[in-house]
Amino acid sequence: MAVTLEAIDLAFGYPRAPVGRDVSLSISTGEVLCLLGPNGCGKTTLFKTLLGLIPSQGGMLRLDGRDVASFSRPEFARRLGYVPQANSAYFPFSVLEVVLMGRASRIGAFSTPSASDREAAKAALEALSISHLGPRLYTAISGGERQMVLIARALAQEPDMIVMDEPTASLDFGNQARVLERIRALAASGLAIVLSTHDPGHAYACADRVALMKKGRLVALGTPAEVVTPARLKELYGIDVAVAFVEAAGRHVCAPSLTQVDVQP
Amino acid sequence: MTRQSATQARAASGPQRRVWPVMALPALALVVLVLVSLAIGKYDVSPGEVAAVILAKLTGTQSGLSTTVETVVWQVRVPRVLAGLLIGAGLSAAGAVYQGLFRNPLVSPDILGVSAGASLGAVAGIFLSLPVMAIQGLSFLGGLGAVALVYSIGLAVRGRDPALALVLAGVAVGALLGACISLLKVLADPYNQLPAITFWLLGSLASITQGDLASILPAMALGLLPMVLLRWRMNLMSLDDEEARALGVETQRYRWIFIAAATLLTASAVSVSGVVGWIGLLVPHIARMLVGPDFSRLLPASLMLGAAYLIGVDTLARSIAAIEVPLGILTAAIGAPFFLYILMTARRGWQ
Repeated sequence: MAVTLEAIDLAFGYPRAPVGRDVSLSISTGEVLCLLGPNGCGKTTLFKTLLGLIPSQGGMLRLDGRDVASFSRPEFARRLGYVPQANSAYFPFSVLEVVLMGRASRIGAFSTPSASDREAAKAALEALSISHLGPRLYTAISGGERQMVLIARALAQEPDMIVMDEPTASLDFGNQARVLERIRALAASGLAIVLSTHDPGHAYACADRVALMKKGRLVALGTPAEVVTPARLKELYGIDVAVAFVEAAGRHVCAPSLTQVDVQP
Repeated sequence: MTRQSATQARAASGPQRRVWPVMALPALALVVLVLVSLAIGKYDVSPGEVAAVILAKLTGTQSGLSTTVETVVWQVRVPRVLAGLLIGAGLSAAGAVYQGLFRNPLVSPDILGVSAGASLGAVAGIFLSLPVMAIQGLSFLGGLGAVALVYSIGLAVRGRDPALALVLAGVAVGALLGACISLLKVLADPYNQLPAITFWLLGSLASITQGDLASILPAMALGLLPMVLLRWRMNLMSLDDEEARALGVETQRYRWIFIAAATLLTASAVSVSGVVGWIGLLVPHIARMLVGPDFSRLLPASLMLGAAYLIGVDTLARSIAAIEVPLGILTAAIGAPFFLYILMTARRGWQ
């Protein structure tokens, strides 16, 4: 189903601790929006606000024209999935049990997962080529595998849009590339995806549009080629960054230049 | 390493297929302990006689055994075993819920101040020389009052992990209630009330009557009902709060329901047996190791193991010495070392 999440002059944060404001953006089906910004600029708080987990502090936030605050939790979860950073695991559930939890918004309060819920969970694992992880314990797999499992859980939710909080953080080089590939494939299959990352190169690798965020405000919003530039990145992170097209990779990559850290004799 | 992965594969393989063999163990332990407990005591009765008496009573026929045997089994031991069954099962189910809810396998009914509140209520009742029913009522109110206090403090502490705020509030309130109990002990009549208070604080099934059981049964059923109905939801409550809400769970509402249900079980158990520690902490652990963390299996396993454990400990309590050993002493003496053993050897239960 087509979906549009739209924020207009959104203010976010907590009643006595505002984090950011004047954020205007919209994301629609088939689109990948990448949010870049230094540590502590408010990316996670913005995501929590977009997901309706904390109330917005001003402006408008609408899903298909309807105020996000007016959705019930299950109703909203059937439209929007969330992939948190894979850092907490308290009890040794199996991977399949974890993915099944993605069905919560589609299972009645007094019910347990049905055969079709199990099928949906297995299909989500299948879609990410991680069916073999199903019987393993979530507490016993690697960080990269956990990240994929959480994406599978969001897929099992069958949402129209997925918000991913730094899905490549704490992943090794290979797993980062695999997750980025998946993100592209998911968008191609008709999902809208919002993600945050610390590597501006990832924006070129997977995003249609990029939002740059600094101190709780958007400083730029556009295609990667428009906004992921040396000047913008210098403004954002305070360091010199080289942005160059690498023919062998078929896209632009970003690398910080480290000249200023020359060791003094 | 290979053993570990084999165990993992076994624990996780097919949530449905291999449940029953695993579930059979707690069930078997329960049946055996019930029979043993009915047979063992100051007056020897054989397991066959136990079965005969129970069968006769249930079918309304004559067992052909002496009245003494019938009285010992039916009037003395059956109520006591039933009490152990109910209280062990109730405390363990409550423990399983608290541990999931607070995402912390070290949490137990004691952590929210429930036990301390219930104790204070009962001790106050004994101190005021109230009748037994009133003591139970006060104990019950004390437990609920403590958890309400802890919960509202937890809500008032904003901007922190709600689970952590609750646990810390529980520790503080528990300490305060403990101080009140100590004050009442100092003020109590040392010949009359103090022994009663001390005995009660150590826990015992000795003085539980059929009337006591009847009075707590409805509360226990009421507490257990939401746990059974919402068994799959309980799994989601063990995720981080925001994660669960993003999956479409109204965590606020369910947290209340589960806390109320678990508190009802704990307070009604404590109101008749006194403080029996360690069960709510230890049993859900063992159950989780046997059947995994999925609550629809963890709940029945905890109920059965908890019942079996308390009946077993109570049998020891009334048979290892000339006097009755208070339950609280035995559960701690068995529970604490066993808990440390688990803590040091099997990390698999919580990571």
